[in-house]
Amino acid sequence: MPNADSRELALRMGDNCLILAQRLGAWCGHAPALEEDIALANTALDLIGQTRLWLGLAGEMEGGKSADDLAFQRDARAFRNCLLVEQPNGDYAHTLVRQFLFDAWHAPMLTGLMKSADPRVAEIAAKSIKEVDYHLERSTDLVIRLGDGSEESHARMQSALDDFYPFAGELLTPDAVDEALAEAGLALDLQSVRSAWRSHVAATLQEATLTAPVDAPVRKGGKQGLHSEALGYVLAELQWMQRAYPGAEW
Amino acid sequence: METAATIYPVDEIWDWLRDVPDPEIPVLSIVDLGIIRDVKWAGETLIVTVTPTYSGCPATTFISQMIDAAIRARGIHDLEIKTQISPPWTTAWISEQGREKLKAFGVAPPVEGAACIGAMKAQGPVACPHCGSTNTEEVSRFGSTPCKASWRCKDCLEPFDYFKSI
Ligand SMILES: [Zn+2]
Repeated sequence: MPNADSRELALRMGDNCLILAQRLGAWCGHAPALEEDIALANTALDLIGQTRLWLGLAGEMEGGKSADDLAFQRDARAFRNCLLVEQPNGDYAHTLVRQFLFDAWHAPMLTGLMKSADPRVAEIAAKSIKEVDYHLERSTDLVIRLGDGSEESHARMQSALDDFYPFAGELLTPDAVDEALAEAGLALDLQSVRSAWRSHVAATLQEATLTAPVDAPVRKGGKQGLHSEALGYVLAELQWMQRAYPGAEW
Repeated sequence: METAATIYPVDEIWDWLRDVPDPEIPVLSIVDLGIIRDVKWAGETLIVTVTPTYSGCPATTFISQMIDAAIRARGIHDLEIKTQISPPWTTAWISEQGREKLKAFGVAPPVEGAACIGAMKAQGPVACPHCGSTNTEEVSRFGSTPCKASWRCKDCLEPFDYFKSI
């Protein structure tokens, strides 16, 4: 079932983009500086655009469903995003560290997917990488500036890193689906993403004078639909309108 | 009685599209922006292929509606607007004329030549659209729309938008 596999890949990619975008959108009008407000809204917008491409592909393979159908009508158990992106925004340091850990995975992941055996996947990856390179550049810069900043910014960044680092493992550790996707040439081997992620994150944290927690237990399950309580709240806000008024348009 | 639609030459249709402005930077036409990838007839159906700038650009739907209106106004009703994401849009497709128009509008045109991937910072220098000085600095990587970054000129001290190179 090669089709089912590309569909699963598209769901995983699309759900990560969708849930993170929804989280980032909550900062709109509340970020600590105007430039950051604009940056977060634009990052969210890029991710929503990518969601439409990925979930559009997944929906097409599910017999002509739309990206909106998948975004608004699935229950938490059917979402395939990693646990990291659904974690609450917290303070700005948490939002930023979550973004950095995600971007550092997203960029090498997309770069690898540009070589997917499924041309639809390769096309979406090639479109998305141009945007995600910007995301990674920005979050890397800010992690360094705030990590190696004031005593308070350093402490907040370190605390965010301690909280979120354990969630990164899920993005980097292959499960049976990831292995099947790599085997079929649809996706890359996560080992190569892992080494790219590790070297970028290690170099950045060193410059930021931050320390990754040692022997942190890996928090995972999202890729299989086993989510934290947090996702329910995200979906309630995201979906209530379409749930209350199915098919509503304006 | 049905009358057959006029099959206008595609060059003429390109000219119509040169009159359709980008909704966010109205001095630029959608042709200057390089998002019209193809105009062709398939029998009596006109097919216009458009590529989005950024995948989440909110103007994308609006641009399709404007293309639709511009073409229907000429009496062509058998029209298909196709969206194509590959090859992905690049600022290298912005025309020379478009770059001049951007500068005159107060937006620094993209500096090309830097590889798109992983080399954002290597690009430069960005010239101030007000005074031409290259003594400029980035204020924020993101600006008023997805395609722009916020910069400032250290000579004339004016802030300006920079059209990001992707
Ligand atoms: Zn100047």
